[in-house]
Amino acid sequence: MGLSRRDFLKVSAGGGLLLASNLAPGTALARPPAPRLPEAQGILFDATVCIGCKACMTACKEYNKLPPDHYHPGEIWDDPIDLSAKTVNIVKLYSNGTAHNKDQEINGYSFIRRFCMHCVDPACVSACPVTALTKEMKTGVVRYNKDNCIGCRYCQIACPYNIPKFQWDQAFPQIVKCYLCDHRIAQGGYSACCEFCPTGASIFGNVQDLLKEARRRLALPVGRFADYPLQRVDSAHKAPRQVTPYLNHIYGEKEGGGTQVFMLANVPFTKLGLPQLAPESQAGTSETLYHTLYKGMILPYVVLGGLFYLIYKNTTGHELP
Amino acid sequence: MKEEKREHSTTLPSHFGMVSRRDFLKFCAVAAAGMGLPLSMGPKIAEAVAALKRPPVIWLSGQECTGCSETLLRSTHPTVETLILDLISLDYHETLSTPSGHLAEEARKKSIDDNKGKFILVVDGSIPMKDGGIYCQIGGKTVLQILQETAPLAMAIINIGSCSCWGGVPSGSPNPTGAVGTAEALGGKYKTINIPGCPPNPYNFLSTVLYVLTFKKLPELDDKGRPMFAYRRLIHEGCERRAHFDAGRFALEYGDEGHRRGWCLYKVGCKGPETFNNCPQQLFGDVGPRSWPVGTGCPCFGCSEKGVGFTKPIPEQANLKYFTPSGLPKDGIRPGGAELRLTPPTAFAPIEAPEGHGVSATAVGVAAGLAGLAAGAAAATALKLGKAKSDSGPETKKE
Repeated sequence: MGLSRRDFLKVSAGGGLLLASNLAPGTALARPPAPRLPEAQGILFDATVCIGCKACMTACKEYNKLPPDHYHPGEIWDDPIDLSAKTVNIVKLYSNGTAHNKDQEINGYSFIRRFCMHCVDPACVSACPVTALTKEMKTGVVRYNKDNCIGCRYCQIACPYNIPKFQWDQAFPQIVKCYLCDHRIAQGGYSACCEFCPTGASIFGNVQDLLKEARRRLALPVGRFADYPLQRVDSAHKAPRQVTPYLNHIYGEKEGGGTQVFMLANVPFTKLGLPQLAPESQAGTSETLYHTLYKGMILPYVVLGGLFYLIYKNTTGHELP
Repeated sequence: MKEEKREHSTTLPSHFGMVSRRDFLKFCAVAAAGMGLPLSMGPKIAEAVAALKRPPVIWLSGQECTGCSETLLRSTHPTVETLILDLISLDYHETLSTPSGHLAEEARKKSIDDNKGKFILVVDGSIPMKDGGIYCQIGGKTVLQILQETAPLAMAIINIGSCSCWGGVPSGSPNPTGAVGTAEALGGKYKTINIPGCPPNPYNFLSTVLYVLTFKKLPELDDKGRPMFAYRRLIHEGCERRAHFDAGRFALEYGDEGHRRGWCLYKVGCKGPETFNNCPQQLFGDVGPRSWPVGTGCPCFGCSEKGVGFTKPIPEQANLKYFTPSGLPKDGIRPGGAELRLTPPTAFAPIEAPEGHGVSATAVGVAAGLAGLAAGAAAATALKLGKAKSDSGPETKKE
């Protein structure tokens, strides 16, 4: 063998030293967290108001021209069991024990909508090697360009909410996810799921307004009547409603660097299938790591140099001159 | 001739006061249908009613608006007010009695004394309890005293209207008179038949009276004492606008386009999804289709439901409280079965969707083996790279 124990240790130590010297100031050079866009649009979903009518699912399919999803073989109606390339919005049911009490963790039930959270700092956009996924800089909608996509499905792995779905049954598959009905926004409209929600469980609006509304709801006294806007956060149509208890947590305010979709519920969000995430965005963390590794191309040169040295030594049997 | 012969073949008289025999039988058939009985029960009801010595009815009024009496007077097929005045002996009714003052009170006392345990007590209006019940007095007696005297002697107590069922309008917050329903005023000692509504449909009341007279027992009642034949289904289930609810077409305010087009009134506060009544089927006033609140464009406000009408704000959206994922109503199973709940969507997706069968041990083994092979081959190739070169080195030198 050409590679002696001594040489191997030399190379390893040199590489390790360089790696360490690059990583040490890494934290200081971390990519700054992405800020919330001032005109970002989003959705506030309030599980305590949701009655599980699935009107949002029907409207979503209709206005995004999605085909029905048959989970149970032989069924003739739309019955998705999870998000898929045919379903970008789903109402799921948490049920425990006798399931008699709405919005209670024990012996209760709760509905939860699952769709793209439109992260402030999206992991899918960060992971995409060909910028097929982009964050629109005004509304903050995470968009997809099928002409750029190479089908690597990194976005699927990167997303902490398991949102991007791949058309496994297509010859030329694409990634499918919720775009917040941006084709409707472009025409002055807004998300179909919010327009067709009968109770105001999902409301559309500016992210800052939605956050304000969510904080207002958390502060409401339980049992008293309060006005809940319908369809849009700035809507003139408001429905009075007896306030039911909330968990004091706005999901999406801080999770993974924040999202443009917020959720309120009275059942712990982990029970509703939403992951517990650190306030730093994964995209920021991973980008910091990779940008550090490739900073000034120093580390790649070191590794390349080491490999060159090894091969040179092995092929010629000489040390470098 | 033939016709006459048939007419004389039954035991029924040819006329009931001002009602012809034919009209009377027609009414009984309609009543049978209203109670969910086969049409063949119509003649039986007629016979039961005809055979009875007109049962005496004492009609007590508490804090009320006489709307319940009015609704009864407005029933028209046939002129039911005539019928009921002939069917039953309405011995005391504060609005309808011919005598007044002490004479009317005399008549009430006499009838009660003569018919102990045989008369039907009908109550409309709530009973004030605050300050000894002084807020409603008749002939110097509080209505609570009168009720306490009368109730033990009655064959059955029928509450007509939401006020006597559970307080109704007068019990609305802040309830200045401490108004309660009959059952609560009597301390829950007597089982009452409740015909709630504001006003209730007169045919629900008439059918109940006829049921009691015919079968000598109470009709099947739900957990709130309402006859099942009338209060079995949610208004939402029989509503003519239900299709608009399902399709997501809602009126957002009075007079907007959706409202004018007759779309669902859920968003303006219709309480149909939490109110049990037969309004969409029975309708009001006998003037044809859409003659009921929702039909005219006014959201149901839940008058026949305890804790909904007169309690919740009118614009508040209804809870779909009978809808639970287990398929059973939250407040226990109502008699009549689980079809009483709102029809739920066929199924909901669970939080964690089942994903195939996971990864099998064999698959893991095969994949790991392949990965190992690849890694080994790569390592071997990398190491051989140098060796192969150095082996061929001398040969090239020779050349």
